[in-house]
Amino acid sequence: MIWDLHCHLSGVEGRTPHERMARLIDYADRMNVDRLVVFMGMRWSTDPGPDDLRRQNDDVLEAISHWADRAFGFAYVSPKHIDASLEEIDRCIRNGPMLGIKLWVAQKCSDESIDALIKEVAGLKGAIYQHTWLKVGGNLPGESSPLDLARLAQRHPDVPLICGHSGGDWERGIRAIRPYSNVSIGTGGFDPTAGMMEMAVRELGPDRIIYGSDMGGRSLASQLAKVQGADIPAAARRQILGGNLRRMLLPILREKGIST
Amino acid sequence: MIDVNVSLSRWPFRRLPLDETSRLVERLREKGVTQAWAGSFDALLHEDMAGVNARLAAECATAGEGLLLPFGSVNPQLPDWEEDLRRCAEEHGMRGIRLHPDYHGYGFDDAAVPRLLDLAGEQGLIVQITLLMEDERTRHPLVGLEKVDAAPLVTLAKERPELSLILLNSQRVVRGAVQSELAAAGVCFDIAMQEGVGGIRKLMDQVPFEQILFGSHAPFFYFESAELKLRESELGETIRSAIERGNAEKVSGGRS
Repeated sequence: MIWDLHCHLSGVEGRTPHERMARLIDYADRMNVDRLVVFMGMRWSTDPGPDDLRRQNDDVLEAISHWADRAFGFAYVSPKHIDASLEEIDRCIRNGPMLGIKLWVAQKCSDESIDALIKEVAGLKGAIYQHTWLKVGGNLPGESSPLDLARLAQRHPDVPLICGHSGGDWERGIRAIRPYSNVSIGTGGFDPTAGMMEMAVRELGPDRIIYGSDMGGRSLASQLAKVQGADIPAAARRQILGGNLRRMLLPILREKGIST
Repeated sequence: MIDVNVSLSRWPFRRLPLDETSRLVERLREKGVTQAWAGSFDALLHEDMAGVNARLAAECATAGEGLLLPFGSVNPQLPDWEEDLRRCAEEHGMRGIRLHPDYHGYGFDDAAVPRLLDLAGEQGLIVQITLLMEDERTRHPLVGLEKVDAAPLVTLAKERPELSLILLNSQRVVRGAVQSELAAAGVCFDIAMQEGVGGIRKLMDQVPFEQILFGSHAPFFYFESAELKLRESELGETIRSAIERGNAEKVSGGRS
C-alpha cells in the first residue's frame, strides 16, 4: 500500500484540473501508488490573497471530485489572511471533502499569528503540512525552516504536524524536529540522497516518517527510491510508504465516513 | 545494464550506505548492472590527482569484479595536468575521464578547456563532465561553488564532432535552448538528476533517445531512483534497451 502525501497539479500536461489529475493517476498506476494527496492549484503564488487561495482550492476540489477512491485534498491557506483561511477551512474541510491544510512560504510558521489556523484544523482532526527548507544560500523572507516548525511544535505539543521536505537539508532538518514527538517529516521534494532514510529511521523512528513525492515537479521514481532503496526493515518501509499517513488521516476520514 | 555514473571512495561530507566498493558492486550486480563507469569522490578536493586516479584504477581492478571501469579525473587548473590525462589513457588504459568544473573552479571559456578536449580526443577518451554533485541549496556551508555556465560548451562540442562528450547530473544546470543545442552537437546526457514526473519522456523532448544514458549517481543517490525512472516513463522496449545499455555501448565504441 502506497499513499503519497505530496502531489500537485503542476508539472503535468492538461488544460484543466480534471485532465491533470488523470495524468497524475496514470503515473501513480505505473508506480503502484494507491492514494494521492493533492494541494495547490494550476497556477501558484508564494503570497496568495483570499481570492487566489479560493481559486487554487477550487482547482483541487475539481481535480479530486472524480477520484474519490484515489485522491484526497488539503486546503491551501495563509497565515497572512487568517479570516479568509478560516473560511477556506470551513468550506473545504468542515463542509467539504478535504482532509487537512497546506502552508507554504507566505509567512513563517514560528509567527504566532498562525495559531488560529492550527487550532481550527486540530479541532477538525485534520492534517497540517508545513513546507520547510534550510537553504544554504538563504530562505525566502516568509519561508519556514525546520527550526521555525520546531517553535510551532513547542506551542502545540498535542497537534500532529508534518515537516515538509524534511527541511531540504535533511541532516539538519531531522535534528531540528527530533525533540518534538508530534512532528513527522514528509520525504518528498528533494534529491534522493542516499542515507537520508536510514538516518531518519535511526533518529526519529519509522512512525514519524511519511512518504511523499512532490510530483509533478518531482519524479515519483526519485522520491520512491528514498524508501525502496534504503537499508531499513520491511516493516518500517510499509509504515513510511502508507501506514503512517493512513494512521494520521484515519480520525478525519472516520468523521467524514470515508472508508479506506 | 550499463551505469555511466557511479563514484568510488568517500563523499567528503558524510558516509554513504554503499561507499565500500564491495557493497556497491554487490548492489549493482543485484540490479542487473554489468558495467559501471566509475569516477572518484576524492577527485573533488584532492590535488594529487595522479594518486587519485592510480587508486581508482587499482580499486576497479581489485574490487570491481570485472564490472567497474575507471574514469580518472583531470583538473586543468593543476600544473602539468596533461600528464594526468596521459596516464589515464596510456598507463591505466582508461576508456574515459571525468571533469568537475565546479569543484575545480573553472568555466568552459577557460583557455585550457579546448586543449584538454583535444588531447582527450587524440587519446580516444570519452569525456564525462559532472556539472553538479548535489543540489546547490544543500551543500555544506563551507563549499561556496558557482554553477557552471554550459553555454560555451555548445561551440566546443560542435567543433569536435568526433569527441564522445557526456554530461552527468546536468539537468539543474542545462535546460531549454542550451540543452537542445548541446544535443544537436551530439552531446549525451545521463538521467541521474532528471526530475519531474515522467522525466525521461520530458528529456526526450530536448534530447534524442539515442543520446540518453543510464546513470544513477550511486552511491550518492539511491540507485533505485534511476532504475525506477525507466518504469515511470512509457518508453517501449527499443528505447528502454537503448538507454539501459545500447547507447553506452555505442559511445564506448562497442568496447567493454
